[in-house]
Amino acid sequence: MAIFLTKDSKVIVQGMTGATGMKHTKLMLADGTNIVGGVNPRKAGTSVDFDGTEVPVFGSVKEAMEKTGADVSVLFVPPAFAKAAVVEAIDAEIPLAVVITEGIAVHDSAAFWAYASAKGNKTRIIGPNCPGLITPGQSNAGIIPGDITKPGKIGLVSKSGTLTYQMMYELRDIGFTSAVGIGGDPVIGTTHIDALAAFEADPETELIVMIGEIGGDAEERAADFIKANVTKPVVGYVAGFTAPEGKTMGHAGAIVSGSSGTAQAKKEALEAAGVKVGKTPSETARLARAALSA
Amino acid sequence: MEKGLTRVDLFEYQARDLFAKHGVPVLAGEVIDTPEAAREATEKLGGRSVVKAQVKVGGRGKAGGVKLAATPDEAVARATDILGMDIKGHTVHKVMIAETAPEILEEYYVSYLLDRTNRTFLAMASVQGGMDIEEVAEKTPEALAKVPVDSNEGVTIEKAREIVAQAKFPAEVAEKVAEVMVTLWKTFVAEDALLVEVNPLAKVANGDVLALDGKVSLDENADFRQPEHEALEDKAAANPLEAAAKAKGLNYVKLDGEVGIIGNGAGLVMSTLDVVAYAGENHGNVKPANFLDIGGGASAEVMANGLEIILGDPDVKSVFVNVFGGITACDEVANGIVQALELLKSKGEAVTKPLVVRLDGNNAELGRKILSDANHPLVQRVDTMDGAADKAAELAAAK
Repeated sequence: MAIFLTKDSKVIVQGMTGATGMKHTKLMLADGTNIVGGVNPRKAGTSVDFDGTEVPVFGSVKEAMEKTGADVSVLFVPPAFAKAAVVEAIDAEIPLAVVITEGIAVHDSAAFWAYASAKGNKTRIIGPNCPGLITPGQSNAGIIPGDITKPGKIGLVSKSGTLTYQMMYELRDIGFTSAVGIGGDPVIGTTHIDALAAFEADPETELIVMIGEIGGDAEERAADFIKANVTKPVVGYVAGFTAPEGKTMGHAGAIVSGSSGTAQAKKEALEAAGVKVGKTPSETARLARAALSA
Repeated sequence: MEKGLTRVDLFEYQARDLFAKHGVPVLAGEVIDTPEAAREATEKLGGRSVVKAQVKVGGRGKAGGVKLAATPDEAVARATDILGMDIKGHTVHKVMIAETAPEILEEYYVSYLLDRTNRTFLAMASVQGGMDIEEVAEKTPEALAKVPVDSNEGVTIEKAREIVAQAKFPAEVAEKVAEVMVTLWKTFVAEDALLVEVNPLAKVANGDVLALDGKVSLDENADFRQPEHEALEDKAAANPLEAAAKAKGLNYVKLDGEVGIIGNGAGLVMSTLDVVAYAGENHGNVKPANFLDIGGGASAEVMANGLEIILGDPDVKSVFVNVFGGITACDEVANGIVQALELLKSKGEAVTKPLVVRLDGNNAELGRKILSDANHPLVQRVDTMDGAADKAAELAAAK
């Protein structure tokens, strides 16, 4: 089992014909992902050859879905055009949109999130500014290296890309059900809580590892959620204990979230919810091993 | 150093200019950087002015950074006092010569900002302005109205009236404050701001409502459609190493420790800072000297640029290169390091500080072999993150 993405997922790529899209479509195909099309209105009707696999290009997400039954879109669209591309995916009501794009303006991500909400959240958005998600051995929607680890019993949710890879590597002998990089932007679609709920419901996930970072109060809210709803063991890691505070003018943001956003505050909140929190990635991996053998 | 938040905080005079551009009522003002210029600026305002230090920190008034000048001569004298003054560690390089306000009867607070938790924008408004809004939020939270604003619906005059009603503004100013809420929202959206704040928004003797001070933070990610924003960045204030790194497109922040850090990915680099600080506890309390994320690519050129910045920092005693090979394989990264050292040598910038390199992930064995074969006298390989951090801290402490 897995969360959000399985071998049956039919994946399209918005921005497939750009350099980044081409590179990662090839890698996703190599990981066994069932990629059924790309989207580019200017190249509709053509196809792209990826080492012998012909992938058709469609004019819109809607058309791609009608012709292929696609249920996942991965977006490699440049920041200036990302809002329009996400809105298109929402309008087509594709069940999952994975937004890899880094550097999207906050007014754009806030706008497409508001739009998705107004449309009843029929499209799950992961990202933006994230590495995507992988269900090892089944499917890979994004840029997480497919060869770090194998299928297993750990579920991973992380704000950070390279820390996702690091943690998968540390625990590669055990393997993962799914690993989800939710991104570290101020406005993201899928949260720690969404992934925790999905891993809790996934019968094959025996342990959940969650990785957080300074900023916002997502980890504190995740801690509350864990306390109330998660029965599986959770091990955590928070990066940024020694990072300097942002050069902000005052803390109007802290008034809103009610949290200082520091790594220490997040660690304390998680520990109060029974989560074992490692000081370093390798200590976190040791805690995960101990929790699995307990 | 929050990831994904590339905010540019503006000076008061820049905020004032943006408010004026979008119709938020402000007083006339001009920014100057020499005392003598205060004379002409004050004459233009009819001979009286307020001289206001331009620093990106609160509490200017209490620190003596805001003074009334009754004549142009007095304005020059006050500007002389204030220019060069230190306010909470910020040196005053510019002052704003502002029009004097009519008598202030009441002070309010209004702002728009992002509510990360609810993934929406938020209007905040209070009739208790003029003081630190954190204090209001803490002592009298009921006096601070917080109203969510849908990004796609925006703030119409009806929505603005709803905000004003929730904050219980007095009837005689309600409509004027609502109009400010509409123009302030225009500023927020048109400028791709992360924060627009007016404090105080003052009711003055003639009944007008005026924005007397404000803060604006802009989103650098929107620069592609905000060509005028680059000029608003305070490049002079940036640390020279940070400015040099930015010119090379590197994501670098100077810190005050001794161990130079290079890594790939913001999360991993942040984690590296922590691991080095922990290791430093056993080695003379050495700390990370910087944050530097060279991103996923990590080509030889990017690695060379990064090393050049870090080795040019006189505080750095040792360097820790911490790379996890994901899509980019470790052999490419190892070649990058070897070539970077050659590149620096050919530029006559001999590397004299020890480097500790940890490579893990994709093709790690191959990458480690390349480093071992290169056998550079100053490069040491340690294959775990914790072990490498310990070695780098030890080397920095020994210097």
